Amino acid sequence: MNIDHSKPLEYSTETNDMNIVGFWVFIGAEIALFATLFGAYFILEGRTGGGPSAGHLFVISTLMIQTFVLLTSSFTIGLAVNAMRLGRKGATIGLFLITLILGLGFVGVEIYEFYEYVHEGLNLQTSAFSAALFTLLGTHGAHVSFGLFWGVAIIIQLVKRGFTPATANKTFIFSLYWHFLDVVWIFIFSFVYLKGMM
Amino acid sequence: MEFFEQFAVPNPTPTIYLSMVAIGLTLIAVLAGISYFKKWGYLWREWLTTVDHKRIGIMYLISALLMLFRGGVDALMMRAQTSRAGNELLSSAEYNEIFTTHGVVMIFFMAMAFITALMNFVVPLQIGARDVAYPRLNALSFWLYFMGAMLFNLSFVIGGSPSSGWTSYFPLAGNELSPHIGTNYYMIALQIAGLGTLITGINFIVTIFKMRAPGMKLMKMPLFTWTALITNLLITFAFPVLTVALAMGTMDRLFGTHFFTMDNGGMAMLWANFFWVWGHPEVYILVLPAFGIYSEVISTFSGRNLYGYTSMVVSIVVISTLAFLVWVHHFFTMGQGAFVNSIFSITTMAIAIPTGVKIFNWLFTMWRGKIRLTVPMLYSVGFIPIFTIGGVTGVMLGIASADYQYHNTMFLVAHFHLVIIPGVVFAMLAGMTYWWPKMFGFMLNEKIGKWAFWNIAIGTCLAFFPMFIAGLDGQARRMYTYSEEAGFGIWNLLSFFGGLGLAMGFILIVFNVYYSARYATRDIGDDPWDARTLEWATRTPVPEYNFAVQPVVDSREPYWDAKHEGKTLFKDKISDIHMPNNSGMPFIMCVFFFIFGFGLVFSLWSLVIVSSVGIAVCLFLRSFEQDDGRHIHAEDVQETERKMGGDDR
Repeated sequence: MNIDHSKPLEYSTETNDMNIVGFWVFIGAEIALFATLFGAYFILEGRTGGGPSAGHLFVISTLMIQTFVLLTSSFTIGLAVNAMRLGRKGATIGLFLITLILGLGFVGVEIYEFYEYVHEGLNLQTSAFSAALFTLLGTHGAHVSFGLFWGVAIIIQLVKRGFTPATANKTFIFSLYWHFLDVVWIFIFSFVYLKGMM
Repeated sequence: MEFFEQFAVPNPTPTIYLSMVAIGLTLIAVLAGISYFKKWGYLWREWLTTVDHKRIGIMYLISALLMLFRGGVDALMMRAQTSRAGNELLSSAEYNEIFTTHGVVMIFFMAMAFITALMNFVVPLQIGARDVAYPRLNALSFWLYFMGAMLFNLSFVIGGSPSSGWTSYFPLAGNELSPHIGTNYYMIALQIAGLGTLITGINFIVTIFKMRAPGMKLMKMPLFTWTALITNLLITFAFPVLTVALAMGTMDRLFGTHFFTMDNGGMAMLWANFFWVWGHPEVYILVLPAFGIYSEVISTFSGRNLYGYTSMVVSIVVISTLAFLVWVHHFFTMGQGAFVNSIFSITTMAIAIPTGVKIFNWLFTMWRGKIRLTVPMLYSVGFIPIFTIGGVTGVMLGIASADYQYHNTMFLVAHFHLVIIPGVVFAMLAGMTYWWPKMFGFMLNEKIGKWAFWNIAIGTCLAFFPMFIAGLDGQARRMYTYSEEAGFGIWNLLSFFGGLGLAMGFILIVFNVYYSARYATRDIGDDPWDARTLEWATRTPVPEYNFAVQPVVDSREPYWDAKHEGKTLFKDKISDIHMPNNSGMPFIMCVFFFIFGFGLVFSLWSLVIVSSVGIAVCLFLRSFEQDDGRHIHAEDVQETERKMGGDDR
């Protein structure tokens, strides 16, 4: 394995470089996926079939908590990558852990929110609107939840193996994934919640 | 007993019982054969765990040919049923199932597998690479596709096939009108296979962008590699739409959601839109690599470089962009209004322009060339007129106002078969014959190959030209029978004979494989066709490391220039070669995917949970695995090269 020391560790081998490019292409596919889900939501938004509508359901407090928690976690994973570039293992792992805990908080609030919706009389089977809403939010939430497991696996490897081209690569790619989920959330925040509450 | 009743086929006929017995016996014979010849170890080591792009390509090829057989038998049954008025060979329910599985099998499991087979085998060789970017993911792609295909084919004998057409339009495909589990198979098998396709897309984009031989700029890539690149970009951006549509369809069917239902705000047209937002790019996903193959074949057998390389590349890119802007033409009659229809009508007709550019480029490549009418060249030459007829009738269908006359008649069926058979099937057969010696080390017999070609070419024309007339006379597609007075009889009878011609061609191809494997000479050198691109610069059959020394390129036809202008392709000395290790993980993971899919189809939640855990465990183990591959030592490479070629570089 040829390690190019002039580059950051996560880019230092050919495999690493390709993994990062490949992940960007994957994010391209994810954009297409979420664009379709948003498209479906916009089309089905008003088709509430007698069930509760967006304006009736959305609550500002849980929304703000979710947004704050997730945006902060995006900031902390950025710091984690920065710490990794500085070669500070403890700080990287700590910041990574904080990221995951914030992610867990986000998922927790989302589950609570879904629970509230069901109490308001909106479940998956209620209407086309409910199906589109739960699918869009659920797909994002499932991505965050998957990230929690993935992140734990990477942290264990960081603890056991330290910074190697492979672990640095995984950490960096995880950060791309996490930032991407944040971007998706900003669209959900603006075009699902704010639009729905207006 | 109640538990087993859900697996029964809804309308069992003697044919299905016979098939069950036949499948059971074949399975036992295969398993017994492998055990008897003690090939389990060989199968596991060399094939089930392989990550070699060439072997994965060959497995795709075999699967594609098997699926061509299955889809072809479906087609013959349909043609036989409609060959005369009031025929009672098949019931309407069976006919519905057969036209559904014919379409699904041919598009998803035959054509997609065939192009993936050739991309897998050829692209890394054409760009001078040792493998694809992610060999392990490549194996995963194959096994996902394979398990999806097996799951779908299982529907025939367990639980019943889907019957709402390959487009599976809602509300017809919803629980109310298709209460049987057949459509679940459609939704879930395609989801699994589609995941594999998406991974292939990402894999090949990175391969082509990052692994080209030194000196191979983008505008120096062989045209097949160009088309592969664009096709994989289309895959990456189109398949997620299908993923979402299928997931929504699955939720409607399994969890009672209201995406595409007729009540509670559901919108059936959303399915049609999503399906074709994916479905039209899918047409170009299939046909672009085919165009790439024609470009390689025509240039090789005309003894000339490709005419208008730049315009070829530009036209591929233009086609791929327009591909996303035409989907509404699949349902002009479904109420968008004149304005929307007009826009999509114009974008549709615009596709004829870049396609026309390509046709003329091929003709100009042949102009004053030294044409050798080999089997691949015959398919390419045959493609041009038949495809043009298919294409021109496509423009007719693209005129929205006129489409009200042709929509969903046999005219449409004739159109898309005359586009997709010469456009894709001919190209795949040409590509298979062309690259066969690189894959297996011997050539397919030319004489039998030509007989097969004429059967297929004439069969295609005979099978589909009459449908234009039947369609204009008013025969609707997917109609299982018609009355004597309708007057469609003669046209359908001719179609049936054409179908027999196609079947004969397929039998000849299979016979050709057997005959050539048995009798053809193995002494064919590395370049039996006198070809032009890098894949011919390595040994035949290709050693596992592809190139002993990485080639260095400075033109579009590096191998031709090496042969005729004395340029050197291989400048370095042989050194140790790094190769990826084999792994059983992709196969095992995909077995879990199969169980997962089967569980979802029948809502057997315990199976779903167990297999999900299995998939998760595989992912976790993979994450913790440390595998830096292995090295083939320089001496071993030299030894292999000496045995294969004589000269040691």
